[in-house]
Amino acid sequence: MRRREALAKLTGREQYVDDLPLEGFLWGMTVRSPAPRGRVTAVRFGKDVDWSQFVVVDHRDIPGPNVVALIEEDQPVLAAGYVRHVHEPVLLVAHASREAARRAVRSIEVVVEAEPPALDFRVVAPAEQIQYGPDNVLKRLKIEKGDVERALARAPVVVSGTYETGAQEHVYLETQGMIAYLEDDVLVVKGSMQCPYYVLKALQHALARDETRVRVVQTPTGGGFGGKEEFPSHIALHAALLALKSGRPVKLIYDRGEDMAATTKRHPALVRHRTGLSRDGRLLAQDVEVVIDGGAYVTLSPVVLSRAIIHAAGPYACEHVRIQGRAMFTNAVPFGAFRGFGAPQTQFAGERHMDVVARTLAVDPVELRRVNLLKDGQTTATGQVIRDSTDRVAVMERALELSRYREKQGEHTAFNATHETLRRGMGLATFFHGAGFTGGGEVALKSRLRVAGRADGGVEVLSANIEMGQGTLTVFTELAAARLGLDPDDVTIAEADTSRVPNSGPTVASRTTMIVGGLVERAADDLRRRLGLDHSARGADVKQAIRRWHLEHPAEPLFGEAAYEKPPGIEWDDKSYRGDAYGAFAWAAYVAEVEVDLRTCATRVIDFTAVQEVGKVLNPTLARGQVQGGVVQGIGWALMEECTWQDGAMANNQLTNYLIPTSDDVPSIRVAFIENPYPHGGGGGAKGLGELPIDGPAPAIVNAVAAATGADPRTIPVTPERLMELMEIADFGLRNAD
Amino acid sequence: MSSQSAIPNPQSAISVTFTLNGSSVTVEIDPADRLLDTLRYRLGLTGTKEGCGEGECGACTVYLDGVPVNSCLIPTYQVRDRKVETIESLDPRALEAFERCGATQCGACTPGVVMTAWWIRGHPDLLRTHTIRELMAGNLCRCTGYDGIVDSIKEALGER
Amino acid sequence: MNALLPESIPEALDMLARDPAAVPMAGGTDLLVHWPVRIEAHDRTYLDLSRLEDLKPLTWKADELVLGALTTYWDVIRDERVGREFPLLVQAARQVGAIQIQARGTWAGNVVNASPAADGVPALMAYDATVVLESRRGREEVPLDRFYSGYKEMRRRADQLVVAIRIPRRTYSFQIFEKVGSRRAQAIAKVGLAVTHSDAGWRVVAASVAPTIRRCPAVERLLETGARAGVSSSEDLSPAIAQDVAPIDDIRSSARYRNRAMARVLYHDLKDFWRPRA
Repeated sequence: MRRREALAKLTGREQYVDDLPLEGFLWGMTVRSPAPRGRVTAVRFGKDVDWSQFVVVDHRDIPGPNVVALIEEDQPVLAAGYVRHVHEPVLLVAHASREAARRAVRSIEVVVEAEPPALDFRVVAPAEQIQYGPDNVLKRLKIEKGDVERALARAPVVVSGTYETGAQEHVYLETQGMIAYLEDDVLVVKGSMQCPYYVLKALQHALARDETRVRVVQTPTGGGFGGKEEFPSHIALHAALLALKSGRPVKLIYDRGEDMAATTKRHPALVRHRTGLSRDGRLLAQDVEVVIDGGAYVTLSPVVLSRAIIHAAGPYACEHVRIQGRAMFTNAVPFGAFRGFGAPQTQFAGERHMDVVARTLAVDPVELRRVNLLKDGQTTATGQVIRDSTDRVAVMERALELSRYREKQGEHTAFNATHETLRRGMGLATFFHGAGFTGGGEVALKSRLRVAGRADGGVEVLSANIEMGQGTLTVFTELAAARLGLDPDDVTIAEADTSRVPNSGPTVASRTTMIVGGLVERAADDLRRRLGLDHSARGADVKQAIRRWHLEHPAEPLFGEAAYEKPPGIEWDDKSYRGDAYGAFAWAAYVAEVEVDLRTCATRVIDFTAVQEVGKVLNPTLARGQVQGGVVQGIGWALMEECTWQDGAMANNQLTNYLIPTSDDVPSIRVAFIENPYPHGGGGGAKGLGELPIDGPAPAIVNAVAAATGADPRTIPVTPERLMELMEIADFGLRNAD
Repeated sequence: MSSQSAIPNPQSAISVTFTLNGSSVTVEIDPADRLLDTLRYRLGLTGTKEGCGEGECGACTVYLDGVPVNSCLIPTYQVRDRKVETIESLDPRALEAFERCGATQCGACTPGVVMTAWWIRGHPDLLRTHTIRELMAGNLCRCTGYDGIVDSIKEALGER
Repeated sequence: MNALLPESIPEALDMLARDPAAVPMAGGTDLLVHWPVRIEAHDRTYLDLSRLEDLKPLTWKADELVLGALTTYWDVIRDERVGREFPLLVQAARQVGAIQIQARGTWAGNVVNASPAADGVPALMAYDATVVLESRRGREEVPLDRFYSGYKEMRRRADQLVVAIRIPRRTYSFQIFEKVGSRRAQAIAKVGLAVTHSDAGWRVVAASVAPTIRRCPAVERLLETGARAGVSSSEDLSPAIAQDVAPIDDIRSSARYRNRAMARVLYHDLKDFWRPRA
């Protein structure tokens, strides 16, 4: 089935939040902290502005607690006398003219008595920079299996390595934005978001309104990638406060520069490996330390850290593992969810380290992986027994085959020996990704979903999971239609409106098809049951039954329901961090071919192969698109996406200076899927797919750069500047043909 | 329409007449209005999107005298007596290849992509000197990884 | 904001004479960047050049190519003769952002933007271009390699308008253009280089490595005189480069990288000229 909203998007008819007609609204804007830390001693309003023409909101206008509800209650809606990061929201203004609102924001001065900020998450902060607990540690987590110290002491070879990954900015093409207005006594908030119920909860909490007086509606969302998981709650609250104070509708849309500077980014990470091996390359001990920068508030850092450490040891069998993780407080703009959510960071480190190990042992990186990739019956770092009968070595072999890995290595040897300035190399990464919320997380979500029967005989899927380009509308349509034997045109997907749809959980963690898709199917089954139909009833019989029911029960709603049920045999202990972290892992092997120009040390990816086992592929075009999009984001993160910092805020907050790949920077991405249905995955066995593709590209590419040049990058992005430093001498490799 | 229509300083308002999607249109604007602002907020044509405001992302692409340009970098008064075409002028029936080949995911870059892509399709001689990827490099996409877009254009070119 | 809308060049010059603070605007690809948030820019007066049709065409004469003030990068890319005689112009133009910018950006606009990272200027300078300025006080011509006096400072009086760029037609025995960056299509170079050789001598022009785009006389001397025999690695170019340019650390790159990339690109691209003839 084709993407069902494709034509609307292709013709520009799909209406995003800034496209919606809105009568008599005010433009909202945000006044922010200029300093990374300190007490707000004054707020000065410019003398040449008629402030009576503006709506101005500060923390005193907040009816409930001044808190954006999330994991911890530490982040204010608006700073109340103290600021913890540059760009922290302090005041809000609104005016009918966007230009006037901008000028007004410029005319307000927030005066901060500065205190020493903590700006380096990698070092132990001095006493005067401690602002969270005794040591600025937002969260500590540990995974332990066996006795790693003893195993390391006895290992014939120990290889250490330290790896760093930088922040990454989402650059969803639609910037963040919200509309808020009152409809009688109900506050309505509409906008670009991934999690309507997160926004609802935040609004209820800080505005002291119960769920009958707040309604949240997701508008078509122009990209999210995690950047619209929790941050929209802030903008929703800001727009709402202005709307409540003014009695007028308010629209608050972020400019690109503001969006890049003031919203969340991927957590920077520092990962240390100490690995014990036998001389022939078998893993005996893995000791990993993971440190991530959380920024100035807790937000989602504990969960990012969790996923980071669970994936840190890679898809390998090893009896003795210890992974220790810390999320650090700093006065940086808080970091947040970004596709992969900790796993890309630790798997960059792990997969780059595998190649460093291979080089140290003088072992082929392919063989090193072949020997250690998990086999059925073996356990992960958390002690989860893998028994999905996926041949992980075969996944790798397929990637090597499709990429012509060996053949190209041979070609490169000749190429590199003779070419004046270019060097080519192949790089491999084998990796995995667990979908859904970790451990008991899905149970805690208590996701519910409904499939309603419409008066015309069709059905409507009522879910809080949204479309942001990954294909929710299409996949849910396909699943409901297939389950009931209906035509896709007989299926509508309800707008994600909290006054209408149940809470099927957030659109994150690659759970939408695998977990929520399963709820669509079960709710459809439940609908059939309520109609008194046999479970084999399909098509016209179903439609007729629905129509008849409505005639017999006028003005009554008809729907089937499903609530999340944990698959049997999944046990997780949150205290010891042991057990089954996820219901299913997807497995992948990616191969990158790069070309490095030794004159400039610029790297180009000239070929890329992505092979993954994802349970079941429900829609090949959509699935392929997810992989290709994730790979290109990974290419950007590996080679060109770098945040430069000033006082903990992004200084290069414009697309001229924060570079993401254009069409001319990436090759065609070759994609292959292997199927092995996951018994509890929606659509007959789908595993989560959305995030997996961004875990592998960076290490594959950096391994390829190492192969091409002999350099040994440990930090991404591998910018030309960084690579040049690594290659030391001025004419490294440049040849004078004589 | 919307609050944006109010001109801050009515004395400086300019009247601009131009051809928009085949018809003549006259609009009162503030001299500071970019063509993008005029299209979206004064004329209600929201198909053209703002992605960056700096001419990097191409989400605001329109045709000016038949050539793709960034409407975020054009003062409205510069299009007086000239020809502007937006995404709203394209025939939806002509976009089948784009539907089929996965050219769009979230859709935010899509109108700009389609404008540039459609122009390439109409000028296949460009491919003697340029690649599709080079010609599309002014349209950033964060979702598709570009293959769906490039495949769609190749298909559309094959249809001629 | 005030917009002056002249319909003819004399009218434009009159307006400029009366209001020298007016900012001439051609394609707007520099002046309108981040327009909504640059409030201070909204309080100025702009002189719209877009209707001055006489400034649009590029003109071939017997001994020169004349770019009009409104000639765009795309105009040059599409002119096959330019590709044959002045290939560096086409190469530079193709690396200016992408089609949407190339269709609107003008060579003259690039010249008067006076950015040390300008895209078109290095190629123009390596071809010995001359800037033609008009005002109510008359016409003035300034060689491009003497047009810039400091960071964002140029020899244009406020009442002057660039009306043309003249490029002498020559036979070039060697020419290269390089725009160094982290990405293919990009707005701003980390290092830009244009090098030509003709009977008029060597021209080595560098961008993004000094407060202005400039010729590199010490490097040119190395090429002109027999000193090239002493160059056997990119490092041997460093002293001459250090005389000519002074790159800085900025948001895009570092001085160290710029110096080394420039040396390596020059060394390698001109390798046939560095070795002594056998």
